[in-house]
Amino acid sequence: MVAGGTNVIPDMRARVLKSDVLIDLSRLKSLAYIKEEKKKIRIGSLTTISELASSKVIQKYAPILSQAANQLGNPLVRNRATIGGNLADASPAADTAVPLLALEAMVVAERDGGKQRQTPIDQFFTGPNRTVLRRGEMIKEIIFPKPNSNAKMGYSKLGLRNAMAISVASIGVLMEMERDKCKEARIGLGAVAAKPIRAYRTEEMLVGEEITKQLIEACCGAITKEISPITDIRASAEYRRSMTSVLLGRLIRQVTE
Amino acid sequence: MKPIKTYPLELNINGEWKKAEVAPYETLLHALRERFGYTEVKEGCGKGDCGSCAVLLDGKAVNSCLTLVLQAHKQKVVTLKGIGTPEKPHLLQESFVKRGAIQCGFCTSGMIVTAKAFLDRNPSPSRDEIKTAISGNLCRCTGYKKIVDAIEEASKKLK
Repeated sequence: MVAGGTNVIPDMRARVLKSDVLIDLSRLKSLAYIKEEKKKIRIGSLTTISELASSKVIQKYAPILSQAANQLGNPLVRNRATIGGNLADASPAADTAVPLLALEAMVVAERDGGKQRQTPIDQFFTGPNRTVLRRGEMIKEIIFPKPNSNAKMGYSKLGLRNAMAISVASIGVLMEMERDKCKEARIGLGAVAAKPIRAYRTEEMLVGEEITKQLIEACCGAITKEISPITDIRASAEYRRSMTSVLLGRLIRQVTE
Repeated sequence: MKPIKTYPLELNINGEWKKAEVAPYETLLHALRERFGYTEVKEGCGKGDCGSCAVLLDGKAVNSCLTLVLQAHKQKVVTLKGIGTPEKPHLLQESFVKRGAIQCGFCTSGMIVTAKAFLDRNPSPSRDEIKTAISGNLCRCTGYKKIVDAIEEASKKLK
């Protein structure tokens, strides 16, 4: 299936993707939407990355998603690339996956005949460029609950350049404080494992605690044990580990000050 | 060799409707250059990394190398020639010439298409916003400064 074509066409040129038939989804405009409901936000799979980045609804309720969208590829690519395509391509560095993990999104897949099934995003990816999608299924929409009004979030993408960069490490953090203690913490990570992941053990260290300098340092240490980065042409595993630690520290401080 | 099945295409290019029979794997870039003769649209990388192939598709700047031409069926495409001509140049083209923003000229078509779509949406940009807007258009010659100057100057004149 092809929508924006921003991964499919380069993959076909590189002969990484070989297919006799392409099903064009790009004209399914009824699947390009961002709907605000009382308790959740629903995004149609054909919504372009540009639309995500500039959506007032997303900027208001899920700024980490619009920030991540704004750093995907470049402006020309963002006008064609879609959120469904970014998730279905399932790069371990997929830009929209990281905030969607922190937002605890649900991926709704549909197949011929209208049968739908929902998969929580942290179960959607099964490996590099692999998802739970079966033959004949496509992503219909992505749903996430509106975060509580006191939730603060931050996103950071480290790349080798300012645009057109595949992440070296990317991280999205959502935290809710209640009085002085952390009530909720969610950390999504990209490019540091075989798929985009949540850092559940590090999150547990934060919940119920006051955010002290020592705790932040401890979390920055702990997160390096939850990730399994590789060395590739963009960065070494050591650098990714080191940067994940630094970025987490910055984001926790940013969302809790 | 088995003949390729072709499909009918209708495309509005710079205001004119064109028809053709195309193969499904043909890109918009290829169709514009080879089929219809709009050779101002350049192929730099063919994979969406350089921006030389930028055209406006329904008003949005896109990489024509990443669009299959049939995906643009019945839609409006604008190339550089639809933005300005030697007889009637667009202010952006005049600024690019005046400011020395053109050396070899290969990136220029994509730059101006991108800049036009950008200024249409953001008529009073900062220099940083301009730089972000052209972050998908590579230039190997100028070092970008004069391109940013030209777009900034054009934005002031267009008001």
